[in-house]
Amino acid sequence: MVSLAAAFAVQRGSLDLDVDLTVEPGRVLVLLGPNGAGKSTVLRVLAGLLRPDAGRVALADLVLDEPAAGRHVPAYDRPVGMVFQDYLLFPHLSTVDNIAFGLRSRRVPRARARASAYKWLERVGLADYAKAKPGSLSGGQAQRVALARALAGSPQLLLLDEPLAALDARTKLEVRADLRHHLGEYAGATVVVSHDPIDAMALADEVAVLEDGRVVQSGSPSEVARRPRTDYVARLIGLTLLAGTGEGTQVRLESGTSVAVAEPAHGSVYVAIRPEAVAIYPTEPHGSPRNVWPARVASATPHGSAVRCDLAGPVPLTADLTATAFAELGLAPGSAVWATVKAHEVEVYAR
Amino acid sequence: MSDGDLIEEREPARSPAARSRWRRGTWQEPSARTPKASAQRRPGARIPLALLVPAAIGIAFLVLPMVGLLIRAPWSELLVRLAEPEVGQALRLSLITATLATLASMVLGIPIAWVLARSAIRGRSILRALVTVPLVLPPVVGGVALFLVLGRRGIVGAWLYDTFGFSLPFTTAAVVIAETFVAMPFLVISVEGALRAADARFEDAAATLGANGWSTFRRVTLPLVAPGIAAGAVLCWARALGEFGATITFAGNFPGTTQTMPLAVYLALQNDPEAAIVLSLVLLAVSLATLTLLRERWLSRT
Repeated sequence: MVSLAAAFAVQRGSLDLDVDLTVEPGRVLVLLGPNGAGKSTVLRVLAGLLRPDAGRVALADLVLDEPAAGRHVPAYDRPVGMVFQDYLLFPHLSTVDNIAFGLRSRRVPRARARASAYKWLERVGLADYAKAKPGSLSGGQAQRVALARALAGSPQLLLLDEPLAALDARTKLEVRADLRHHLGEYAGATVVVSHDPIDAMALADEVAVLEDGRVVQSGSPSEVARRPRTDYVARLIGLTLLAGTGEGTQVRLESGTSVAVAEPAHGSVYVAIRPEAVAIYPTEPHGSPRNVWPARVASATPHGSAVRCDLAGPVPLTADLTATAFAELGLAPGSAVWATVKAHEVEVYAR
Repeated sequence: MSDGDLIEEREPARSPAARSRWRRGTWQEPSARTPKASAQRRPGARIPLALLVPAAIGIAFLVLPMVGLLIRAPWSELLVRLAEPEVGQALRLSLITATLATLASMVLGIPIAWVLARSAIRGRSILRALVTVPLVLPPVVGGVALFLVLGRRGIVGAWLYDTFGFSLPFTTAAVVIAETFVAMPFLVISVEGALRAADARFEDAAATLGANGWSTFRRVTLPLVAPGIAAGAVLCWARALGEFGATITFAGNFPGTTQTMPLAVYLALQNDPEAAIVLSLVLLAVSLATLTLLRERWLSRT
């Protein structure tokens, strides 16, 4: 199995895409970003469905795209498997024939292609559904068939476009674990596109955050989650991200307010605060926390078992409260409160 | 519809308040009944007289001629008439030529539809207009045009005659050509609509599975639009079966080789009206059978 090296640019209407991605064999890269950032366009280029305007896409020595050299390998000649957003299983073919489709395209005799497709159905746990038409499958089953169809041709590169977006919340958990298992067994490079940070964290070996056609941050999921570099990523994972200047154990924010930190910092830094680290009091507290700010509840939304509150004030914060605490404090949008954060709970890192 | 409904129907015109009450009334009323009864009844209760009367006259206008055909049919000697060799000959010729014209339309028309629906070539809208001209062109004009191109002295016809010693006009092949010319646009339009409605991303999926353009078309696109092709083929076949003007102009009216059913009907009307009625009945029966074939598709569209 080989690694993917793709550095290319695409100009298409309002989209100006310029990315540089590498994925080692057996690794999963998740492209995370808001709608319209160009994630799906990246996949279409990698699949060969869209020609890049410049750059180079290669699987080890096999150059798939290089406009400057006039090279473009069409989609049907690429060793690439793709799982589409709503799976796009051919409605007129049974599940086994859907999976055998790629092998039939490569002139594998019908009987052998079917036999291989059956094995894939068994691997994804759907051996009983060989003759079923896609219309009769549940979302989770269709996803597994689509994955088997993409893998049946033994591709060198696997692409998944929002593989979990079409599923309801309950199926999603199960399918996500299942998908993770199959991706773990796959020996080639994988690129997954997602707008859901939880999916990204669960599936990724590496995360690349795409915004407005550019990769704004990449790294391991925990690195990206702990130290976001843009407001979009921070908000995605629920962190409050503030830019400021380090002055020892104080960081002066652009608004003028200071944030106390445990690790001394100097120069341009980011300050990241987790929502669980923010404590809320009805009156001004006196005690150990060195960061105490007055605030106003701007909005409150249920978030899992907690209530996530956006706070407006000298330092905009996001805080997670238990539902009980939220009720006991008698909070509502507009309530005036005091927010505190312990200095050692503030993450500070260079900009 | 009861009298009470009619009174209720007129009342709302008087005051807005009454109108809203009336609306609420009719809207809520059906929920108390079975859905089927309400679906049949609600539209009926709403038709204004100014529309109902012309609609009724129009329906009578469309249906009465067919009823007349049934009433005047020589039922007692129908079977004898049908057994006449001329009838069988014309019917056989009609069925064969219409079927061949439909096949030719599919072979040529489906690719045209694909080009119109999927390709990005320039001047596509002009192409579409050109292809659909035969829909609005008087068939006689089409026949004359075909004659000018494919006749013995025509642009292509002269070459055909010089090279192969073969002249198209007044042959069964000419019938098929005339019918194809007139009927193919029906198929093209129907298939193009089906292609546009089909999700082109399935073709992307096929490409990532190693299928090239032709393979994708054959294994994915065609099966996806098969219902549209079937409907287009039936329409095309029905149009070819009824073709008169282009056929008589380009192919003439020779029993056994170019005299199709519509031509036979026209000829029979002049010297044997009863025979014309019998032939017309046969065509009517075939048309109704076609309509029945299409019925489900038409219903699903509304």
